[in-house]
Amino acid sequence: MSTMASVAEPSVPAPKSVAEVVDLVAKTPKVIAVGAGTKPVLSSIPGGCAPITMRSLSGIVEYDPGELTFTALAGTPIEEIGAALARHGQYLPFDPPFARAGATLGGTIAAGLSGAGRQRYGGVRDFILGIRFISGLGEQVRGGGKVVKNAAGFDLPKLFVGSLGRLGILVEATFKVFPRPRAFATLCFASENISEALQLIENLKTGSFDFEAVEILPDQSAIAVRLGGPAESFAARMAAAERAACRPASRLLNDADAAFWQNLEPAIPASAGSILAKVPLTTTDIPAFDSALAAAGARRRYSAGGNVAWIEWNLGFEALESALRGRGLSGLALAGPAPRPMIGAIRGETFLSRVKAALDPNNRFPEF
Amino acid sequence: MRSPFLTALGTRFSPAQLLIGAAQLTSFESDGLTAFRARPIAVVIAESREDVVKAVCLCRDHGVPFVARGSGTSLSGGSVPVNGGIVIALNRLNRVLRIDPVRRIAVVEPGVVNLTVSQLAARHRLYYAPDPSSQSICTIGGNVAFNAGGAHCLKYGMTSNHVLGLTAVLPDGSVVELGGESLEGAGPDLHGLFVGNEGLFGVAVEITLRLLPIPEIYRTVLAAYDRVEDAGEAVSRIVASGLLPGAMEIMDRLAIEAAEAAVHAGYPPDANAILIVELEGERSVVDLDFARLNEIIRLSGPREVRVARDNAERLLFWKGRKSAFSAVGRLSPDYIVQDGVVPRSRLGEALGEIGRMGRERGIRVANVFHAGDGNLHPLILYDGRESGALEKAEKLAGDILRLCLRLGGSITGEHGVGMEKREYLAEMFTPTDIEVMHRLHRAIDPKGLSNSGKMFPTGEAPALTAHGPHPLERAGVISRE
Repeated sequence: MSTMASVAEPSVPAPKSVAEVVDLVAKTPKVIAVGAGTKPVLSSIPGGCAPITMRSLSGIVEYDPGELTFTALAGTPIEEIGAALARHGQYLPFDPPFARAGATLGGTIAAGLSGAGRQRYGGVRDFILGIRFISGLGEQVRGGGKVVKNAAGFDLPKLFVGSLGRLGILVEATFKVFPRPRAFATLCFASENISEALQLIENLKTGSFDFEAVEILPDQSAIAVRLGGPAESFAARMAAAERAACRPASRLLNDADAAFWQNLEPAIPASAGSILAKVPLTTTDIPAFDSALAAAGARRRYSAGGNVAWIEWNLGFEALESALRGRGLSGLALAGPAPRPMIGAIRGETFLSRVKAALDPNNRFPEF
Repeated sequence: MRSPFLTALGTRFSPAQLLIGAAQLTSFESDGLTAFRARPIAVVIAESREDVVKAVCLCRDHGVPFVARGSGTSLSGGSVPVNGGIVIALNRLNRVLRIDPVRRIAVVEPGVVNLTVSQLAARHRLYYAPDPSSQSICTIGGNVAFNAGGAHCLKYGMTSNHVLGLTAVLPDGSVVELGGESLEGAGPDLHGLFVGNEGLFGVAVEITLRLLPIPEIYRTVLAAYDRVEDAGEAVSRIVASGLLPGAMEIMDRLAIEAAEAAVHAGYPPDANAILIVELEGERSVVDLDFARLNEIIRLSGPREVRVARDNAERLLFWKGRKSAFSAVGRLSPDYIVQDGVVPRSRLGEALGEIGRMGRERGIRVANVFHAGDGNLHPLILYDGRESGALEKAEKLAGDILRLCLRLGGSITGEHGVGMEKREYLAEMFTPTDIEVMHRLHRAIDPKGLSNSGKMFPTGEAPALTAHGPHPLERAGVISRE
């Protein structure tokens, strides 16, 4: 059982320091931390659980552009981080989703979400370097480090990517950042159906292109690829990509490029009965899965060259779960009528249960 | 009389797969860090996943510790046997099960040699990015256990950034699948936690790797400087300019001398520091970026700049760099390779301090480092035949790690903690951090059988007995990076 949209109420505690988080965890038998609530299924409160909001534990703690790293408190809005990085020509290349809606750094890690830009250099798992979190026993724990290369101790930062607030409460994280390409440009190729879209992507792979993003857009009967780098390089590269694809593309530059990718960002579905879900998969899964989604009338796109589907599903949670289970897939429900975030089985569940028992032996945080 | 455990091993493994003779066991006594030695009571040569499960289950039933081992190139003592335990050798578990050019993945067994993956993927114009210097011999299983790095980590990350999923035999003999074949996941990143576990979570028996397209073009420049600080300053300017080179490497005077003596890379003879910077990617982008890079380097006050005219010259630039570690063997009978990380902007400070400590103590230190990611590899030269020399060198190595921590860095960038740095883990992490890691370890290996004694601090002081290079190193097969 879940209740929704209670996190903004003034009665929800909003700790302003790590010490306050420790106190709250110690005196609350069942607790879940929430951020800005941009992924409502993840910030809904499981029965018997008390929420705490991380919104007031906010701010960039350290940022040295020369190091290509920053450290920020968990409740820091992604937009605030993006603005600070942009002042020095840097960015988080994985385009954290829901940033404009107010998503926080901690929420992005705990949800394990990356946007279209994860194609080129990797996702949130590839840029996180260190974390501080509060365990289920109220311990303050650090994992990883603050430098871009580190092999000391277990990789707790990666474990917390996708941990859904169920292994500990993140209070701070350190990330690697990259210099932002000086310009972007986008090519949109028409593709009548999914097999043509996949073939187009194969054709483009023959050309040694370093695309920033590769998206399959069945709703628009198109695929889109994004180039980054010096603007002077675009004319030659766009022509080369069109040659590799054996067809012309509509070319989007400057504001048109930026607007295109903003419009593609995942958002809460307009219809209340619709579930927004993320489903990791591979291009091999796409043809059959796409037919099923089309038959179900689901809006969809495939991001990162066909490594993740973003779906708006209208036929209820159980039907979505069985559609995924039948294909050996699992997923994450982010918005809409879903009783829990995880759809289908978690791979490595027996391993996870041991990890959970070590970090949260009394189940102070919800179970998966 | 054989122990019940050895008898049980003997009934399940043929004599060809079970080594118990003293002469056979000797070569498994140590790894790339020769300072630590322990003789296993037996070595099981695994030829299948089932062999690994069988061996692990027997160890579990008899309470016998085990260490999984690939090529034994660990520089932190990560694959040194445990006293009274066995070694599970994985070199014959070396099949590349699948290379899928569409999904850009390779599925491999743990005994596959790192470089083999790239060699096989090359026909699809793909490669496996992590490139530790020992890549022609080290195995993927060991890379996974210790989260191996290489020269390209700033841009491309470490082993953990290139492992999509794996099948592991846990220390209780159960088999789990973590992650998958997609670049993305749902739920906690369990394969991310597994990579870098230093063997404490069990044995990976099948690993799914991400492959990347081979860049269209590489452009490489080598600059010589009068002062190593100037080379470091050039790196800072390159980063500040918004360029993102695949590799930025610096060698100091002593390292250059060693490399020249060993492979005649033709480095500028009077340089006190050499910086190698490499850009790679689409030609039209790299050409523009390379012009900017050369301008930045020109303004950084080098005494000489060379641009690789072709791939042969590029490989020559790299040959000196990649051989630097073993080449130092020409300058000194013994040396310790240290592996620490500092924030990039404090490289100059760190090098100055390392030089000062060396001079004060009369110890020569050569420096080779991955400047892009602040990963230092000081080579501390000593003569093990001199009484007390090893201890002095060890002391300096430890003080360098403490310096890295003081500057906000890490005690290891890519070699792992292993045996070597156990005592320093407690200087990087709080007792609570370590207690939580202990709990994780105990939850996964309650009996403490899998590679026990690595990573976590213990009370006992290990015996140091090293002298001379590792036999494989002497043969030029491995190098210490």
